[in-house]
Amino acid sequence: MAKVLLEMKSITKTFPGVKALDNVNLKVEEGEIHALVGENGAGKSTLMNVLSGIYPFGTYEGDIVYDGEVCRFHKIKDSEKKGIVIIHQELALVPYLTIGENMFLGNEQGSKWCIDWNKTYAEADKYLEMVGLTDSSKTLIKDIGTGKQQLVEIAKALAKHAKLLILDEPTSSLNETDSRALLDLMKKLQKEQGMTMIIISHKLNEVSYVADKITVVRDGSTIETLDSKTDDISETRIIKGMVGREITDRFPKRHDVQIGDVMMEVNNWTVYHPEFSERKVVDDVSINVRAGEVVGIYGLMGAGRTELAMSIFGRSYGIGISGELKLGGRRVTLKSPKMAIKAGLAYVTEDRKGNGLVLSNSILRNTTLANLEGVSTGGIFLDHDKETEVAQEYVEKLRTKTPSVEQLVGNLSGGNQQKVLLAKWMFANPDVLILDEPTRGIDVGAKYEIYCIINDLAKAGKSVIMISSELPEVIGMSDRIYIMNQAKIVGEMEASEATQENIMACIVGVRGESENAESVNADSVGSEA
Amino acid sequence: MGAGKIKNFLRKYMMLIATVIVVIAFYFITGGQSLNPDSIDRLISQNAYVFVLGTGMLLCILTGGNIDLSVGSVVCLAGSVGAIIMQTRLFGALIPWPVAIIVMLIMGLLVGLWHGYWIAYVKVPPFIATLVGMLAFRGLANIFLKGKDVIVENKDFMNVFGGSDTCYVPDFLKNVGPALEIGGVNLNKTCIVFTILLALGIMIYTFVNRARLIKNGYKVDYLAVVILKTILIVAVILWFGYKLASYRGIPTAFIWIALILAVFAYITTKTTLGRNLYAVGGNEKATRLSGIDTRKVMFSAYTLMGVLAGFASILVIARGQKAGPTVGVGFEMDAIAACFIGGASAYGGTGSIGGVIIGATLMGVINQGMNMAKTPANYQKVVKGVVLILAVLFDVLMQLKRKGAKKKKVKKNAIDVVTTEEGGAKS
Repeated sequence: MAKVLLEMKSITKTFPGVKALDNVNLKVEEGEIHALVGENGAGKSTLMNVLSGIYPFGTYEGDIVYDGEVCRFHKIKDSEKKGIVIIHQELALVPYLTIGENMFLGNEQGSKWCIDWNKTYAEADKYLEMVGLTDSSKTLIKDIGTGKQQLVEIAKALAKHAKLLILDEPTSSLNETDSRALLDLMKKLQKEQGMTMIIISHKLNEVSYVADKITVVRDGSTIETLDSKTDDISETRIIKGMVGREITDRFPKRHDVQIGDVMMEVNNWTVYHPEFSERKVVDDVSINVRAGEVVGIYGLMGAGRTELAMSIFGRSYGIGISGELKLGGRRVTLKSPKMAIKAGLAYVTEDRKGNGLVLSNSILRNTTLANLEGVSTGGIFLDHDKETEVAQEYVEKLRTKTPSVEQLVGNLSGGNQQKVLLAKWMFANPDVLILDEPTRGIDVGAKYEIYCIINDLAKAGKSVIMISSELPEVIGMSDRIYIMNQAKIVGEMEASEATQENIMACIVGVRGESENAESVNADSVGSEA
Repeated sequence: MGAGKIKNFLRKYMMLIATVIVVIAFYFITGGQSLNPDSIDRLISQNAYVFVLGTGMLLCILTGGNIDLSVGSVVCLAGSVGAIIMQTRLFGALIPWPVAIIVMLIMGLLVGLWHGYWIAYVKVPPFIATLVGMLAFRGLANIFLKGKDVIVENKDFMNVFGGSDTCYVPDFLKNVGPALEIGGVNLNKTCIVFTILLALGIMIYTFVNRARLIKNGYKVDYLAVVILKTILIVAVILWFGYKLASYRGIPTAFIWIALILAVFAYITTKTTLGRNLYAVGGNEKATRLSGIDTRKVMFSAYTLMGVLAGFASILVIARGQKAGPTVGVGFEMDAIAACFIGGASAYGGTGSIGGVIIGATLMGVINQGMNMAKTPANYQKVVKGVVLILAVLFDVLMQLKRKGAKKKKVKKNAIDVVTTEEGGAKS
């Protein structure tokens, strides 16, 4: 048995109100590729942040034993000194610096007072060769694609003399070919350098392809560790570990559901990435929602769900948007959020602090922000009494816990902030509400209340689209479910037929299908030629 | 709980308290001179431009800490054009002064539109767009002035906007009833009557509004607190009115400042535009996704700033009785300082007209007090700088403390863990 390089013993990490990690144990042997899998919010990234010192020693409980000694990392530099290097999902490269400059940022070559650029670029080229990148190290980062940027990140890690490399969702922004190349590079590094690696990924096919061991994390605890030599590590087996909890009555039931006509219809909707203009983030998607219906869109992070929602909501995301949008049977073009709101749409963002609320403003001001016409004369002169009345009404209706409506939203808890956000959009009186991860980061009790609000909305004849990456939530709340993966809708089913397994099967299945589709395309091109 | 309340009270009224302390301090330093009626009168007339420009600057700062560096140059440019027009003869007669006023306001408006367009629609960073204005408009003004001062001689103009000895609201009630005299000083009766009416108005409004709120079932402050507050406000107003009345009455510039402040206090608190300014500064993305055209909001802020700069130029040339190449130098910094001293956030989203009033007053009091105490000009600048950093520091520290309180808790836990660990190791 190989030497154990890293052991994390009963790690517990608490955030105000949430236990993000609960008694987690992880053992990584030298020279292996160890995968961490789990649903969003299961605690994988938190665990890696503890390991790399982003959450400094003392803010968590438990021990990190690395290379035979107990480590106390207070900052990232401490862990890097030991050879633990983390590569984050969002690349940390400076676009207007060269590859070489980026690789040695904070680790400059030469003496203290003078950077030796010859040495820098020579060293950089050496590591670039190691990762199989042929571009000159003097190329600017902005001029190479994301695939190559990911390789630069790895080269950068190697230049820091990494012994343990942590890759957080390394392939989430890569296409198939680049992803495969990256995984192969990982295997090569393992073989040639004896590098130990931890990979966090949502893409289970990749995990089965590359990992020696797989640890499943669920709800802040490590559930099991599978060994590729002795255990079955098929995707279905991993999924079972990931979602293995039972669905109890965490979801309020709706009675006498009345579903009406189609309220919103989206046909052949395609959206491109605003920066990488050749990348499709939403690919030929067609969905519809009826009055009084709750439609769930399930997909993992990066599947294109938020992009779909925001592009529908007045083109607030993406470029080159094409496709047809029908509201109440009439074809509409919504060029701005303002038009979308007028047309009866509401988008409740997943990022309530970044895109949703004005934290420095009061509950009252946030509640009325999307519908100031409703509380003013002529759209200009605000009626403060009416505003107070409205804000008070929603605070009572949604049971927001606050001393007064003048309370700043920034001082509220996550669940209460979410309620204020919902109140804002309910007051805008839309016909169709798109709720993006409405229960992200809020506690179980508040979740239940949010579910009740969603049910009430549907009962009042509104159409609700609920985007979520929590399977039980999607199954428990929706009437109908769309499954989205890699920018496409890969499945649609009635909630009654939905199970966790067959939804995951849709996602796993897309790989085979897309390959088929490509070969068909290739055939047709061939026949035309 | 009590400590928290005191902290909140301090947060809210810190600068007001500081102003009062500074006023009292200078009263003793200058041997009572700083609170003489003529000093108070001068305080208003000399600092009129800070109030007006500070109001405009607040709008810009609210949108996200954006500032307008050009206002001093705009004052110079619009002032020059206005002064030149007033001195120009057309068909043998001087061009009437209202024409000059309209032209000055339009100049301000045009500058505002120009800045607004570049900043809101082309997304030129405000700092750069207005730096361009700061350079170009002063240059343009110098071209018009040919490098020389232009004297403003029009008496009517100066009477209306405040400049010479006669620029006070005339005492309409001088001959009504017996003369009012206190301590041998003849009081301006119009001023006294106006002050009393204002004080009564405020009292009546406060209690009528409170009654209405109670009737509608809203939460209100304790009656004792309200009464105390009202008494304080009324006392300050009466004292202020008395001081003015024992000099020459209400300076016309004061009327203009009060009007501007009132209008913009209304705009920032009671209109959708005002609400949007705060929202954009607090979270631009969220505001855009709430269906508000954030570009229009930015555009409006800079346009209004331009108009206010045009208006300030009117007050400035009336007061100085001339336009000149160096008029308005450093005005932008006075306006910015007034906003920040008054509690506006450098990141946008918070701030108020009340704050601008306090900030501008504090700066004015310090300026005047130091002048009376014969502090050398260079030291005065150092003192003003220190006041600004203290004011901002206070705000930053208050916020840090709130965050620090949370952090400390975590650290304390951490220490607990360490001690138990060590204990374990020993055993």
